[in-house]
Amino acid sequence: MKKFFLGFALVSLLIAGVLSYFASGDPDGLDKTVEDAGIAAHAREHPLAGSTFADYALGGDSRFTGLAGALGVIVVLALSFGLFWFLRKKSPRNDLADK
Amino acid sequence: MHMSDGLLNAPVSVAFLVIAAVGVGFALVKARADLDDRTAPMAGLVATFIFAVQMINFPILPGASGHLLGGALAAILVGPYVGALCVTIVLVVQALLFADGGLTALGANVTNMALIGTATGFLVAVALRRLTERGKGGLAAVAFVSAFVNTVVAATGFVVEYAIGGAGGVEIGKVALLMWGLHALIGIGEGLITAVTVTSVASIRPDLVHLLRGNNTGFGSKPLEVRS
Repeated sequence: MKKFFLGFALVSLLIAGVLSYFASGDPDGLDKTVEDAGIAAHAREHPLAGSTFADYALGGDSRFTGLAGALGVIVVLALSFGLFWFLRKKSPRNDLADK
Repeated sequence: MHMSDGLLNAPVSVAFLVIAAVGVGFALVKARADLDDRTAPMAGLVATFIFAVQMINFPILPGASGHLLGGALAAILVGPYVGALCVTIVLVVQALLFADGGLTALGANVTNMALIGTATGFLVAVALRRLTERGKGGLAAVAFVSAFVNTVVAATGFVVEYAIGGAGGVEIGKVALLMWGLHALIGIGEGLITAVTVTSVASIRPDLVHLLRGNNTGFGSKPLEVRS
């Protein structure tokens, strides 16, 4: 069981940390729609566009995309695991263990 | 499919922030029933995996790409309520840490990808659930179709939002055609990624696939072994 979870986490880390360098830089379906329909001029710059990890880079340097991706994996894992572990129904066995 | 700020007017952006908050609140309440010591870690990993795969834009046409949305993937693996929360967490981290997806647009983005996408993916998957009794190929087909529909319907969310309060007053038919055309192509990618992921998990740990639970399928009918 632990092996499966560890493997799943490792696959995510490899995708965000390594495979991310091979991602297409072209606009996605919504951005392409916005461009081709002539709505793009209305898009405002992101309020956090100047932040450290904006655009999955480090200070705007996209050579660090893998690092930003790995950081994202850790942050999402910590937040989601924390939330779901908090929300879960405790099993009776664990209630006993808690006491 | 993360829209920037400014594409929708302020009242519509606020309205969808409220809609997203109500939907996520509902999911938070309902998710508890699907979370235990075994599924909670799985849910965390599903959110993490969706974040990672969303970084991988794949080319669909010259000058256009797409990425996984993850709603159907999450719904099949961890159920619709936990799944909606998984995608929501991903979108919030992307908006706040990576400036990906606007802040006032977060409500509409959560509505489209986390709520509409996950609900659609789940409904299609449940409607086709009998196919999973045919084994791996059946499960792959269910995953592919539900993910494809999830992408196109989530894209329709943006079309509706733009029709209600979009900036620039572009004819809605033009926006709809572009969104549907591009997302039909992206939906194929979404379908393939979802099919590969779901069948991989099902061949190793069928007991962790929400859709197969309590189902007399080729996967779920295996007696569950408790491994530690």
